[in-house]
Amino acid sequence: MVYFILKRLVQSVFVMLAVAFLAFSLFRFVGDPITQMTGVETSVADQERLREELGLNDAFLLQFGRFTADILQGDFGYSYRTRQPVAQMIADRIPATLELGLVALLISLIVGIPAGVYTALKPRGFATQAILMTTLVGVSIPTFVIGIMLIFIFGVQLGWLPTFGRGGTVQIGGWESSLFTIEGWRALLLPALTLGVYQLTLTMRLVRAEMMEVMRTDYIRFAMARGVPMKKLHYKHALANTMVPVITIIGLQFGGVIAFSIVTESVFQWPGMGLLFLESIRFVDIPVMGVYLVVIAFFFVLVNLLVDLLYVAIDPRLRVRDVQ
Amino acid sequence: MLTIKDLAVKFPSRFGDVSAIEDVDMTIAPGEIHGLVGESGAGKSTVGAAVIGLLSTPGYIAGGELTLGDTDLRSLSEQEAHAIRGDRISMIFQDPQTSLNPLMTIEDQLVETIQAHSDVSQGAAVKRAVDLLEEIGIDNAATRIKAYPHQFSGGMRQRVVIALAICTDPELIIADEPTTALDVAVQSQVLDLIRRLAKDRQIAFMLITHDIGVIAQIADRVTVMRKGRVMETGDTEQVLSRPTHPYTRALMDAVPPLDHRITRFRTPTDAETAPPGSIPDNAAERWLLEGQQHELLGLTLDGIHLSFPGTRTSIWRKPDPFVALQDINLTIRPGSIMGLVGESGSGKSTLAKAITGLIAPTSGTMFLGDNVLPAGRARKRNDPSRQLIQMVFQDPYSSLNSRHRIGDILSEPLWLYGFVNDAAERRSLAAAMLELVGMAPDAIDKYPHQFSGGQRQRVAVARALLARPRFLICDEPTSALDVSIQAEILNLLKDLQSVFGLTILFISHNLAVVRQMSDDIAVLRNGKIEEIGSTEGMFERPQADYTKKLLALTPVMPRTWQV
Repeated sequence: MVYFILKRLVQSVFVMLAVAFLAFSLFRFVGDPITQMTGVETSVADQERLREELGLNDAFLLQFGRFTADILQGDFGYSYRTRQPVAQMIADRIPATLELGLVALLISLIVGIPAGVYTALKPRGFATQAILMTTLVGVSIPTFVIGIMLIFIFGVQLGWLPTFGRGGTVQIGGWESSLFTIEGWRALLLPALTLGVYQLTLTMRLVRAEMMEVMRTDYIRFAMARGVPMKKLHYKHALANTMVPVITIIGLQFGGVIAFSIVTESVFQWPGMGLLFLESIRFVDIPVMGVYLVVIAFFFVLVNLLVDLLYVAIDPRLRVRDVQ
Repeated sequence: MLTIKDLAVKFPSRFGDVSAIEDVDMTIAPGEIHGLVGESGAGKSTVGAAVIGLLSTPGYIAGGELTLGDTDLRSLSEQEAHAIRGDRISMIFQDPQTSLNPLMTIEDQLVETIQAHSDVSQGAAVKRAVDLLEEIGIDNAATRIKAYPHQFSGGMRQRVVIALAICTDPELIIADEPTTALDVAVQSQVLDLIRRLAKDRQIAFMLITHDIGVIAQIADRVTVMRKGRVMETGDTEQVLSRPTHPYTRALMDAVPPLDHRITRFRTPTDAETAPPGSIPDNAAERWLLEGQQHELLGLTLDGIHLSFPGTRTSIWRKPDPFVALQDINLTIRPGSIMGLVGESGSGKSTLAKAITGLIAPTSGTMFLGDNVLPAGRARKRNDPSRQLIQMVFQDPYSSLNSRHRIGDILSEPLWLYGFVNDAAERRSLAAAMLELVGMAPDAIDKYPHQFSGGQRQRVAVARALLARPRFLICDEPTSALDVSIQAEILNLLKDLQSVFGLTILFISHNLAVVRQMSDDIAVLRNGKIEEIGSTEGMFERPQADYTKKLLALTPVMPRTWQV
């Protein structure tokens, strides 16, 4: 058990190193940093001096080592565009993206799991067919179209909800949260829904497929033959066994939600990391892009580690040793 | 008292309703063990499912009566039927590995079932559960009850399953192949338990099985089914010793006897395929005989050791290795059949894998004839032994590529080993080979799923033979098949062995089958050979205690009953 987690941690370190390397290569391959930092009037000698001062003439591996060491100490460098520390910029934006992703995930779970269970238990019902059809349409439409449609209906036509920004936010120890004001929630609803629709469909279909599989297993048939009450049978026996593979996918997807919330954030002008990333690309702001990569990879690794721990919590076969 | 009268179950299909069972009559009195025997597709399990009301959708009961005591089971609503399940009728499934919820403790599952049917407190339910486990033969029940299913061995798990089935004091238990997945030693314990429960608690058992030995051992009465209909019913002794229906007689003939050796099995009439064997002037037979460059080849294993790295549990300690095979010394005489028997986990299949080069032994040497057989990866892709050693697997459903036609499957060894370079010639050889194993020539353009298990196993044998092997490994070649089909395949293997002079390693857990097939026999237990000797000698005068125990525990029919 401890060994298992340690193994995962070591693997994570290698993943992070690989990503850091990728982020570092951005600097070398996306143009010369010196030309980007200096104007036309800087002399060649000055440029060379700067290059020497910044250590850009050093060996490749040495530079990579320095880069990694800086990141480990929390020094992410300065943005070319705003001249602010990148760490500060990312820290300002992370709460918005995380809250958006979390609420989107919650929507997909709260709706997706019960819908999946229902459609698995009544596979031929009218409601099932209707749900399956609607969600298929929902997935087939690109995210930005859904976002624009939602803005048009709820923001413009009905005027119920704001169409951009985070609404009212509260500062809690450096974390700017929109979860504690009504205005914040109103602003959060549409983007979270947009982001959650795809997740929801995936969760629902996955739960449905797994649940149907589990309902055919011997232990469910045996539980049925012993007259275990149907409610318990469905929600205690079947659903728990369904969750193990579902959690894997949800975990992976959550990483994806955070990483790819770019489209949703730009449609709703949501001041999160996705929007920051988009702006950075427009200005070839390499330091921000590099750090963004590293931060996103860190989330992926973290979520996957959590998923592994959840497995252990759910499945006693990983927790309790065999006794023969 | 369960009464079944004129029961019919149908499954709707696109072409109208298909009858699964028809005109089934049966009564089971309290305390009676009623055997329900038949081959796959006979509808045995459908009878059980209809009684407990768990027919797989879209099957439905089309007619007949089902009564338990005074209750008409057919007139119950969905809720009433579910309330009766567990309370008055319960069920035991075949595989204890899969019939318990892996995420819940034994205690949770027992208590939940008890509380579903009687209004008792948590504490009282736990106490009842512990008492029950003790009665069923689980030591230290008060602590073991907190364990999860995976912490029990197979036999113990089946006890837990039985405890779950009886924890609500049902009148009737439907046991669907309750011992098929178990080793003989465990099987006999579970059968004893069933018999004791029937006697002490007056529970009626419907014992569904394909194993006539099990029926002979514990059933009071027996019903023989075939293709959804009852062939014969009566007292076990009467049905098995003086069968009146020809099908029962044929079924009995196909069961390999444990206590003597017969030269050939009598197979049931109207077999789906032609009788196999040597066919005069068969092209494939001629081709196989012509191409034998080698004399008969024997196999010698010298001090084979094989261990796997165990699962790591600590960072500091090296994991304990799992020893699969220990000091195996075995000589298979050229042209003989060596039977290899043992319980599950004894290392039988591991030994087969070592010989075929799929895994490398940790130490020891293997010889094929006089040549050293390279182990594992040291064996080159073009090593001659790869052609000389062929294998027939247990499960014909997964050992043939379902996307290849039979013709392609059979041609593969011909081009792979460079025997025949002309495609048309390969095809005609494959067709002749099909004839040789008793299949129709038009099978060549069909796919594996179009055939029954027995036919597929014939294809698997044909494929192995077309490689012109001198050494054949048959790993449980008939355990997935019905007895009548098993008899056909065993006859076929015997015929082919005598025509082509093959040396065979015949792996099986079924002692009776091994007695019929092999010249010599090796008994394997926990990776060690307990006893080696000639088959007849070992069955008549077993030396090792373990062999004696195995022989004593294998369910057989009393000799006086045998036809």
